[in-house]
Amino acid sequence: MSAKISEFLDLWGADIWKAIIETFQMVGISLLISVLIGLPLGVLLVLTRPEKALENKFLFRLLNAVINVIRSIPFIILLFFILPFTKMIAGTTIGVKGVIVPLVVFTAPYIARLMESALLEVDRGVVEAYEAMGVKTRHIIWHVLVRESRSSIVLGLTIATIGLIGATAMAGLVGAGGLGDLAYRYGHLRYEVDVMYVTVFLLIVLVQGLQSFGNILSARLKKD
Amino acid sequence: MIRLENITKTYKSGETVTKAVDDVSLQVEKGSIYGVIGYSGAGKSTLVRMVNLLERPTDGKVFINDIELTSLSTGKLQKTRQRIGMIFQSFNLLKTGTVHQNIAIPLKLTGVPKKEIENRVDQYLEIVGLSDKRDAYPSQLSGGQKQRVAIARALAHEPEVLLCDEATSALDPDTTESILALLEQINRDFGITILLITHEMHVVQKICHEVAVMENGKVIEQGRVVDIFSQPATSTAKRFVQSLFQDELPESLVTCLKESGQIVNLSFIGERSGSPALAHVSKKFDVYPSILAGNITQLKDQPFGRLVVHLEGDADETDRAVAFLEESGVVVEGYVQEVEAHVS
Repeated sequence: MSAKISEFLDLWGADIWKAIIETFQMVGISLLISVLIGLPLGVLLVLTRPEKALENKFLFRLLNAVINVIRSIPFIILLFFILPFTKMIAGTTIGVKGVIVPLVVFTAPYIARLMESALLEVDRGVVEAYEAMGVKTRHIIWHVLVRESRSSIVLGLTIATIGLIGATAMAGLVGAGGLGDLAYRYGHLRYEVDVMYVTVFLLIVLVQGLQSFGNILSARLKKD
Repeated sequence: MIRLENITKTYKSGETVTKAVDDVSLQVEKGSIYGVIGYSGAGKSTLVRMVNLLERPTDGKVFINDIELTSLSTGKLQKTRQRIGMIFQSFNLLKTGTVHQNIAIPLKLTGVPKKEIENRVDQYLEIVGLSDKRDAYPSQLSGGQKQRVAIARALAHEPEVLLCDEATSALDPDTTESILALLEQINRDFGITILLITHEMHVVQKICHEVAVMENGKVIEQGRVVDIFSQPATSTAKRFVQSLFQDELPESLVTCLKESGQIVNLSFIGERSGSPALAHVSKKFDVYPSILAGNITQLKDQPFGRLVVHLEGDADETDRAVAFLEESGVVVEGYVQEVEAHVS
């Protein structure tokens, strides 16, 4: 048994390790950028609503429409659909670098929606209390809205990250590698079943671990 | 201190226009406790929220310390609001913050120096009696304790005015008493002007100097609490006073008694509450008073008593007895049976 394992590792260890690193790179970088875009968008979606601090019908409708349009397109199509845009932003359309742009375009609107629903849960009364104390809107956003919904935000980000891991599986199509790509190319196309099993197992461990971590962190941040 | 001039607030939803507050003017003197009472839907909550412009009046002006709030820019308004504290029915604390953080964070965000923040948190927690709950989260506190934290949070900004939006409505009677006592103490010790709204006459009776009664968006009666208690002019005000005394009589009894004499409401104010005016009546006139219901209660500064009395005797003699009572400073009113029950 152990001989078999070491044989497998000798043969595939390096490839699997490389794939893990690639997946982490893709997920890590695009998650970070997506949060930087998605969180402010979520805040805007909440604040530009009718009767909110920055009420703006035009912006609210525009944001909604854009987010819905992007979210209608499956990632695999989006990947190719925005190739020229990717080229313009990243300078390339292949490799990890080339896939970050479509991953962000795919994930940021999703995160915006998740943030929107998390922020909408915040008790309007608390926001009002801070308005009544003369606290500036930008402070209220961070110290009341984001703070009070941090538990839901963490859960939302966990969901988004797992979705992102799924999307990176398609990144192989533009040569970005990653675990999903490894499973598809070796496991499916070349019929190396063991590789597929191991990769799938790793993905399961990754997703399980992430979800548990998200749940625990969220519960810890929740104080009610 | 607080002056509202012809404040109106209308809401439009589709075709229908609702006037939540309709041309209200009122003035709250510096250092006083002013109550606005009304049933739900009377517009009192909208009214108090317009004082610090949480809701902008559709029409009219709001002055605090002769500064016209309604004309201020956003930045200036925020500065002014720091001098106006507010507490709410639902407390509105940060669930994710400790008691300490709930008081300290707003101070930090309004630019109070760090060292000063710590001093104030300690000082005001001490005043509301929660020094030992410094590191507790709101979910670990009772309703009354939460309201105390909210009061400490408001006081920590050292405001001149405190607005209370149904601050005791979510609390049980004992806790209500203690919060009212705290509000009274704040008013006395710091000279903070308090404007509160409530639907409980009890709150007005307990701590208010002056009161305004609201109905359908309008102030229908206002004045000193004693005056409203002894001579309520409108039926709504009468109902509120009645709610405190529970001296309504069974209809059959009223019909029966009216055949042998009048039934009157007697109100005694201040030291006269103790005066045996009624005892004199039976001696001086050929009238037999019998007390059907009665109560003496403590208004903010003086006792206030109310009796429902049946005066048995012939009409002339009873009239003379009533005149005598009025001369002795008792407010006499004919007893009116409340027929319609108010739906709130």
